[in-house]
Amino acid sequence: MTDQTVLDQAARPEFHPRWYRKRLSTWWWLGEWHYLTFILRELTSISVAWFVVLTLFQLRALLHGPEAYARFAARLESPIMIAVNAVAFCFVTFHTITWFNLAPRAMPVRMGGKRVPEFLVAAPNFVLWIAVSALVAWLLLRTP
Amino acid sequence: MSESTSNSSKAKPSNEAFLWLLFSAGGVVAAVLIPIQLFLFGLAFPLGWLPQPRYEHLMALVQSPLARLYLFVLCSLPLFHWAHRFRFTLYDGLQVKHLNEVIFAFCYGGALLGTVLAAYLLWSI
Repeated sequence: MTDQTVLDQAARPEFHPRWYRKRLSTWWWLGEWHYLTFILRELTSISVAWFVVLTLFQLRALLHGPEAYARFAARLESPIMIAVNAVAFCFVTFHTITWFNLAPRAMPVRMGGKRVPEFLVAAPNFVLWIAVSALVAWLLLRTP
Repeated sequence: MSESTSNSSKAKPSNEAFLWLLFSAGGVVAAVLIPIQLFLFGLAFPLGWLPQPRYEHLMALVQSPLARLYLFVLCSLPLFHWAHRFRFTLYDGLQVKHLNEVIFAFCYGGALLGTVLAAYLLWSI
């Protein structure tokens, strides 16, 4: 037997072993706090999409005139819409906080050979967030 | 980020990089702008915490080119953020490998549809 045939036989075993993979339950993420926050963070995307759908309806109402917009605004006052928007607001804020806190991990900043503390890298994001929010609120609330 | 480590995706790597860029840009836009927008229009105005802006004021705002650009970005990029993240939530959360292509089409199809709708509405206003 040459070395080559030995190698060939080793490469092609007669009975290929089946991989052992444990089947995960669909609810694997409920077991631990860490997994739960991961899934909650992933689910923030639903609130993001909900907000965009709401905004598209708002633009359509604006396009259709003052009466249509008044109907749209009245619909937002229903208890169900308030509840949905309150939950969505919590989720998008959770998205904002987790997103900003990721920045120092994705891009560690070093100064003088030392790593800058994470909260100092994330801080400008939060300052920008507050400034932009104030600007948007001012534009909407000022009386022309 | 966890999304990029999943190996269940069927798309080509080159597409993935571009889609991840959209996800990332949308994540920033959503993080900075959506909380205040949703707080004002979804809670503060309907509950009467703050005075509702008048229709004419909103129309005047929306008709400026800069505000249209703002609203277009506000609608489109976060939708692509949603598409990417929700796709992997479904891939990993539900573990329905045979449906991955359907999920892909649903997520990015939805984001594209929303983008086209936003463009149409902002163009017509």
